[in-house]
Amino acid sequence: MTACRETAAVLLEQLAGGQATSLELTESCLAEIAAHDESIGAFLHVAADAALVSAESIDRRRAAGEPLGRLAGLPVALKDVLVTSDQPTTCASRMLEGWNPPYDAHTVERLRQADAVLIGKTNMDEFAMGSTTENSAVGPTRTPWRLDCVAGGSSGGSAAAVAAGFAPLAVGSDTGGSIRQPASCCGVVGLKPTYGRVSRYGLVAYASSLDQVGPFARDVASAALLLEVLAGHDSRDGTCVELPVPGYSERLDEPLEGLRIGICPEHFARGLDGEVRETIERALDVYRGLGAVIREIELKHAKFAVACYYLVAPSEASSNLARYDGIHYGRRVDDYDGLVQMYSDSRGAAFGSEVKRRIMLGTYALSAGYYDAYYLKAQKVRRLIAEDYSRAFASVDVIASPVAPTPAVPLGQLTGDPLEMYLADIYTISANLAGIPGISIPAGFSSDGRPIGLQLLGNAFAEEQLLRAAAMHERETQWHQAIPDLDRDAPS
Amino acid sequence: MSDSHSDHSSASRLTRDDVLRVARLARLTLTESEIEAFTGQLAQVLDYVGILDEADTEGVEPLAGGSERTDVLREDLPSESLTRSQALSGAPRHDGSFFLVPPVLDTSAE
Repeated sequence: MTACRETAAVLLEQLAGGQATSLELTESCLAEIAAHDESIGAFLHVAADAALVSAESIDRRRAAGEPLGRLAGLPVALKDVLVTSDQPTTCASRMLEGWNPPYDAHTVERLRQADAVLIGKTNMDEFAMGSTTENSAVGPTRTPWRLDCVAGGSSGGSAAAVAAGFAPLAVGSDTGGSIRQPASCCGVVGLKPTYGRVSRYGLVAYASSLDQVGPFARDVASAALLLEVLAGHDSRDGTCVELPVPGYSERLDEPLEGLRIGICPEHFARGLDGEVRETIERALDVYRGLGAVIREIELKHAKFAVACYYLVAPSEASSNLARYDGIHYGRRVDDYDGLVQMYSDSRGAAFGSEVKRRIMLGTYALSAGYYDAYYLKAQKVRRLIAEDYSRAFASVDVIASPVAPTPAVPLGQLTGDPLEMYLADIYTISANLAGIPGISIPAGFSSDGRPIGLQLLGNAFAEEQLLRAAAMHERETQWHQAIPDLDRDAPS
Repeated sequence: MSDSHSDHSSASRLTRDDVLRVARLARLTLTESEIEAFTGQLAQVLDYVGILDEADTEGVEPLAGGSERTDVLREDLPSESLTRSQALSGAPRHDGSFFLVPPVLDTSAE
């Protein structure tokens, strides 16, 4: 069965035209998951029964001529960081093992209203902290293209699910690159919206000033469709803006006349894999061929981005994760002597190393005597980084860069060296610090078959422009049509 | 509090006692091997972030959020919230009405 290998946009047409039913499509996705997810590890929970019931009901409503939502009948996978009232939510942590939230995240409500079929919850780095999905307490997610390599992270499960044809659409979250980087590693489209574009209500918090929910899809048009459903005002997230949501998918076929693309020389400096560099240069040539102007821009404070992020994000994490106290929800150890030991032992037993490391780092940076030198200094540098982008977008429409210094790395390569893993986030984290949108689109493959993405960054709330620029490349190249062969032998 | 240069350069001298102090503040019980690993790893990261000293932030206002919306207000009206049983549904221990916790005040010394 290959129904799920079609793009969401095509499948919606088939559903609307009666060439396919939601039940067939959902069964096909479930069959793919059953056949191949043991070797990939994309899902933490497959809601097979609920998905089939939901698919049948949508088919019945369609047959009866009832009005249906934008994504009617389409299976969608959710990163396990979005709370769901009818599926467990664990953030791939032992802390939340077996937790059934009493409510739906705003984005989950939106998907239900759009009549999407919620097919399951996907694997991730624990509490979204990591860049390979190896920090999952359950096990890693592998890129469907190379089972000896990681799917990227932290939304590795959502990216892999779309790449493998387990679901035509998936939702992820991006705090420092966690949608864009796995999209690159898995050869799919992933978009991080502008901060405030999508409500964070019900998104389990990692670093609240950076977190943003966004779509994964097999092509740009489908990502645009999913963004239209996810985006929009929600009063339950005070940072979510009241701006109207443009019809992102409506004008995708129209190229941007006189597109100005900025490139930053620092993005092509030391540490960038040669094949990634060639891929990005080839993508720039595609744009040149379409009449775009490539212009060098200056991002003066780019070299401070990783350091800035790894103070801001852990500081916010140390505060956010204080809620896991073994009282309201989550794990509590069986034996303890007093309240403080109950807190400390429960947290010590249930959090994995990367989560503990970031809580420690953030607690240190916020502690008396260090706050000014670390946290406050990082917030000031954050403004300088944001201002660099505002200046750049005065003269260019989008900024093109690699997504990551290398294609997907082999399993285990980065797990022993936290700083090395943090440094690999260099191209993606500035967008979160500046609050601007970014997209990763398939742009080629390494000689050994690992996908390589192109990142485009846009000005705040310029998602429409970003998507149209991405669609220009996609029409010329067709990299997004490549499909991994899941029937080849698993690695030894 | 203290100037940033002295703080950053001291990061590489992050000690085991510093790690234990921070773990206490963060309410995290660490294993012996975690204490050892974190002492080196955190020192390495703190050394690296010392690069921020090179950024001239004289007169720069800190940027706290991804957007600068402030004072988002709403009417002070009652609305639906979780029921008691929903609120308790994820608790490791409860009695149907309240979350159960060990004694907060230590009375053993009296």
